[in-house]
Amino acid sequence: MSATEKQAKPTVTILGAIAKAYHDALAEDPKVITLGEDLADPEGGGIAKITKGLSTAFGDDRVRSTPISEQAIVGAAIGASLAGYKPVAEIMLMNFTTVCMDMIVNHAAKLRFMSGGQTNVPIVIRTMTGLGFGSGGQHCDYLESWFAHTAGIKVCAASTPEDAYGLLRSAIDDPDPVIFIENLPTYFAPMSFEMPDSSHRVPLGKAAIQREGTDVTVVSYARMANEARQAAAKAADQGISVEMIDLRTIAPWDRETVLASARKTGRVLIVHEAVKQHGVGAEIAAVIGEELFGQLKKPVKRLGGTFSPVPYSRPLESAFAPDAAAILAAITDLAS
Amino acid sequence: MADKQFVADSAVLLDIYKKAALLKANDERARKVILSGQIAMVYYSYRGQEIIPSVMGNVLRDDDTICTIYRGIHDMLGKGFPLRPLWAELAGRSTGSCKGKGGPMHLTYPPKGIMVTTGIVGSSAPIANGLSWAAQLDKSDRVSVCTFGDGASNIGAVHEAMNLASVWKLPTIFVCQNNLFAEHTTFEKMTGGQNVASRAEGYGMPGVRVDGNDPEAMYSAFAEAVARARAGEGPTLLECMTFRFFGHNFGDDDSYIPPAQKAAAMEADPVPHLRARLIADRVATEEELAAIEADIEAQIDDAVEFALASPWPEPDDLRFDVFETEIAA
Ligand SMILES: Cc1ncc(C[n+]2csc(CCOP(=O)(O)OP(=O)(O)O)c2C)c(N)n1
Ligand SMILES: [Mg+2]
Repeated sequence: MSATEKQAKPTVTILGAIAKAYHDALAEDPKVITLGEDLADPEGGGIAKITKGLSTAFGDDRVRSTPISEQAIVGAAIGASLAGYKPVAEIMLMNFTTVCMDMIVNHAAKLRFMSGGQTNVPIVIRTMTGLGFGSGGQHCDYLESWFAHTAGIKVCAASTPEDAYGLLRSAIDDPDPVIFIENLPTYFAPMSFEMPDSSHRVPLGKAAIQREGTDVTVVSYARMANEARQAAAKAADQGISVEMIDLRTIAPWDRETVLASARKTGRVLIVHEAVKQHGVGAEIAAVIGEELFGQLKKPVKRLGGTFSPVPYSRPLESAFAPDAAAILAAITDLAS
Repeated sequence: MADKQFVADSAVLLDIYKKAALLKANDERARKVILSGQIAMVYYSYRGQEIIPSVMGNVLRDDDTICTIYRGIHDMLGKGFPLRPLWAELAGRSTGSCKGKGGPMHLTYPPKGIMVTTGIVGSSAPIANGLSWAAQLDKSDRVSVCTFGDGASNIGAVHEAMNLASVWKLPTIFVCQNNLFAEHTTFEKMTGGQNVASRAEGYGMPGVRVDGNDPEAMYSAFAEAVARARAGEGPTLLECMTFRFFGHNFGDDDSYIPPAQKAAAMEADPVPHLRARLIADRVATEEELAAIEADIEAQIDDAVEFALASPWPEPDDLRFDVFETEIAA
């Protein structure tokens, strides 16, 4: 068990950690500003209440509710960042980034490069997603590989409250655009972590080894890291020693940590909720193949969402993405 | 077209009431099955907005098309979505209109022209234009309607669609159902100019703000827009003023709605108002209307029973309908 899994009172939620990170960032730096739909207190402080209290504490100049206008939201964040501010834009759900992709991909990601380094876009786009609520095809996609495929954007996703705090603070500090993906269905789950203090940071680009092991490496992130942790514990009961890596930052990902572990175990499983085809796992598997050809004991295995839109019906929704049982089965298969 | 008057006679009003009674009863049942735990679903109640789609359903033909939104079951029932495949879809069963794959936010039923239901704010409008263009190419006088909310009127896609419809003279009717709230945000706070209808002027099309809870006003505005569209005179934007009684999604904390505003809206509930009027004007008797309502309840009973007795889809179904050709196992 690593230091981050030390036993504390199980009272911290990812939601609470994000809310505190937000609050601390606004309190410490007057250049931090935030905008999004329903985000200020008169509108209830956001659909998950993450931003509740911020507009009252920091004023509605810095904490603004917007019309339903995602292009205008991200565009305004980009513009304010060009003038020296550090905006955090909330795009309520990840699927709604599709209506402002131009702003994100053609502008936020590229202005630094296209201006020859004269300008930069230090924005954070916070966005929620994840299946589990029966919300169907347009409300719970994991689209991280689209952004990871875009040079100029960093992408991260936390699976623990400590990492959520530390990553969000680092994302706000970062001089470049960062997409911060939050898993809505696990927001409210109390977890055995302590609430970090305001100096806590998780460096972007650095994975966490959440469990050390020698037989199989499991690489994951977001909600699937929770499922993988459960599977790893069960595998231990069967005598299989799993090294569990939570990427935390999906782009740029921590090649060094993943490759060192893969070299040690020779068996790698990559798990994400996003559709498996053309997903982040494909890139990681390819790099492992390039770097460790001949040193692996088994071909790299991937688990991910089915190649279909997220379905509505409960039995279909549960069949769509991997779970702890499927991960355990893949671990057992690799270890055999 | 300009001088023609579009007046709802008593037969029209009775038909509008029949539809509104179905919509109201269906919404009540949906909330009931959620509370009883029979069906778990994210549900966007349209209670209070029934008159708008009841009028649309009265005026439109089966071959006219609609593109609606997550809060759109009223639009679909008005257009004739049959109850059994509707309820089976809500329940996520394989007998649902979308085989359980779409769910309440993506209900679809082409035989009645119910072509797209979107969960993305504003996305109904551009697609309606394509259906209109096809009608032009087919030399048909059918029209297409897109419905969307007041909040959606601030999305770029809606504006692009209005301009395109105007320059191509498309038979698209833009029906903004202004219920004064977008999630927790008030219309007042987020709408420059405090008016959606007036935005039409900038795109060179008629824009009309109408009381969407008044069946006669709604009928005359909508029937005129449809007649214009059928005659090749182009699109219309209707801003239909209304109110939703139950928050954004059912179960939502709706304390952001000022209690007095909500109480007044519920007091002015358009469905019982129309009912009382039909009786007062001797269009129908209390007994006749009660029989209609009892029949509606029986139809809903049947549909819910059918849904709950239907089989669930199988995980293997995920390989089908992604493309015409199935995905390999
Ligand atoms: C592009 C996009 N942004 C945000 C959302 C989240 N959302 C769903 S409904 C809604 C409010 C829409 O309000 P309005 O257009 O007035 O329609 P109403 O719900 O009142 O019928 C919002 C913000 C979304 N579905 N799509
Ligand atoms: Mg609205």
